[in-house]
Amino acid sequence: MSQSGANPARESSASKGTIRVVQLYPRDMNIYGDWGNALVLQQRIKWHGYTPELLEYNVGDPFPEDVDIIVGGGGQDSGQLIIQDDLQARAGALKDLAEDGAPMLVICGLYQLFGKFFKTRTGAVIPGIGVLDVETHGTDERLIGNVKVTTPEFGEVLGYENHSGQTTLGSSVRPLGTVAKGTGNNSSDGHEGARYRNIVASYLHGSLLPKNPAIADFLIRTAAERRFGTFVPGNPDDRYAQLAREHAARRPR
Amino acid sequence: MPLLGYIRTMLSFSVPLGKLVRRVSRLRGGGSALPGLVVEKIDPGFMRRTLTTLPHGVAVVSGTNGKTTTTKMVVELLESQGLKVFTNRTGSNFTRGVAAALLGEVDWRGRLDADVAVLELDEAHAVHFVNSVPPRYCLLLNVLRDQLDRFGEIDKTAQLLQHIAAKTTGTVVLNREDPRVARIAATLTGQDVKYFGLDDSLLSTFPNDDDMRAAPGSPAPAGLPEKPAADVVLRKVGADTAEFEYDGGTVTTGMKLRGVYNIFNAAAALTLARSICGSGAATANHDTLLEALSHVAPAFGRGESLTVDGQPLDLVLVKNPSGFRLGLKSFPAGGYATMIAINDNYADGRDMSWLWDVEFDSLQEGGVDQLTGSRAYDMALRLQYDDVRIGAVETEIASALAAFIREAQGKPKRIFCTYTAMLAIRRELSKITTVEVVS
Repeated sequence: MSQSGANPARESSASKGTIRVVQLYPRDMNIYGDWGNALVLQQRIKWHGYTPELLEYNVGDPFPEDVDIIVGGGGQDSGQLIIQDDLQARAGALKDLAEDGAPMLVICGLYQLFGKFFKTRTGAVIPGIGVLDVETHGTDERLIGNVKVTTPEFGEVLGYENHSGQTTLGSSVRPLGTVAKGTGNNSSDGHEGARYRNIVASYLHGSLLPKNPAIADFLIRTAAERRFGTFVPGNPDDRYAQLAREHAARRPR
Repeated sequence: MPLLGYIRTMLSFSVPLGKLVRRVSRLRGGGSALPGLVVEKIDPGFMRRTLTTLPHGVAVVSGTNGKTTTTKMVVELLESQGLKVFTNRTGSNFTRGVAAALLGEVDWRGRLDADVAVLELDEAHAVHFVNSVPPRYCLLLNVLRDQLDRFGEIDKTAQLLQHIAAKTTGTVVLNREDPRVARIAATLTGQDVKYFGLDDSLLSTFPNDDDMRAAPGSPAPAGLPEKPAADVVLRKVGADTAEFEYDGGTVTTGMKLRGVYNIFNAAAALTLARSICGSGAATANHDTLLEALSHVAPAFGRGESLTVDGQPLDLVLVKNPSGFRLGLKSFPAGGYATMIAINDNYADGRDMSWLWDVEFDSLQEGGVDQLTGSRAYDMALRLQYDDVRIGAVETEIASALAAFIREAQGKPKRIFCTYTAMLAIRRELSKITTVEVVS
């Protein structure tokens, strides 16, 4: 476990309090700008007047205590193999956190592994940790391109997908939203991502959080309310985010 | 197709026919691949016959970054040794493009007057090419996070390069510092393997995709258990010089090329040229090799320096996170006005995620004066999260460039740009000011 981020102090007079963000497996599961999600959380926590503490959890590290937000990304097949055993060993801790309402963001590869299983094209079954009631099947078809999702909680969500695993949702999770452009979870039901308790799971890179600050602020607000009882927002300047969203929405698939 | 079938039986016609199609399609102003397609269809053995019978055979250059400039270097190095080199200069770096380029060079009986063919091949197309034309040499540069839109995954790209190496009959030249490339050596049996490498002191300026986000002190990604000796090592990079080590000694040479990564590829080109020359009757003359190397100019748009209003204007092509980070490291911001132009056309890659894998801290001091391109606002958002001051944002490249040149009058300028943004910028530069190409 190692630290990055400007101010690791838990107490600070000007700060409304410290929010601890843990990146899951950034060494092996970090592709397509996954760092962007961690950076956005770190900066926006600061912009809301709190103190961010960004920790990395990699294979073999002691699992951090007092976790406020968990963020995890995608990886190569090789990365998924490297983390496989360690993730299974942490399944209990992650499940407890999830059931307790800890806010989490899992993208692509870790979205799949937070589910029940991933069945490859050749029929091999890679077990997930079952935090999410979803299952994924490998296909020969790669779903690639810009995506626009209509969501009930976060408005229009914009991103970019690139995956060949297709995910279907069980009855205890609901989709993040419905695709207006692109494919999403699979090529049949028009759903993208999954929502369960305070977990947001999605196939979208982009990175997801920079152009969708509503999701970032949901994670931060939930974290603050769990730790401090209330969330007192700051006033981040989202002009560029808004303009980037408008331009991204007009780009071709 | 009875007509094609008939023609196929008369192989001797294929070359004149292909050359004719080439002439006709040139008159039409058409693409460079059509005549190659015609020959490929009616005489699939044409390329193999013509290329593999060259005295030094075929050398394939592949990898995700730097192919064009590296191929140019290898060609000029070999020419300095008196070899006649055939290469695919048309920029059509796939099989049909090679066949088309070949048709321009062969005589009407299909003979090629060359000692060696040095071919730049896109990693996916190279696989098809080496299946029909096994190369005697290959040079594999790197696997950077670049073309994931097209190929899906970095590891898959590494497998494509491994296939090229496996089909190579003579010498495989590998980047010792890129774990995905260096690991290919373990899969080879009959080939002679040579490496080009970097001095430890330069390693930090060459992040690979695995340690891009690794925390300080965390273990390096599993590469080779112990670094093998490299044929050529880049030891030092100066303002316009470079120091290489080979054959147990070091030499310093002047360099026209800009950017550390271009100069690292010079080590790659030297290794390949030494392999090719060493395999013939005579070995390489290193004085003329280094002389040639010092004169190599970057390929079109790869780190060009132009002059605008009496001030230098550097164009730095950025295609992926590692390339952008290298660009920021190779060209320090101090004293320069900076513009960044990000397009998301197919040739650039549609996915903007890669901008989040680049750190822009080095631009915090001077800020960025102008942002442009279809994804200018994605870039603005990226800089905002790295606390970099942003001047103006204008998606339309022509007016953004004009404003940048106007505002930064009297200052040296630098533009980091994606591929199609670079094409647009060059087009505009030639309109709004006198563009003198100085290197």
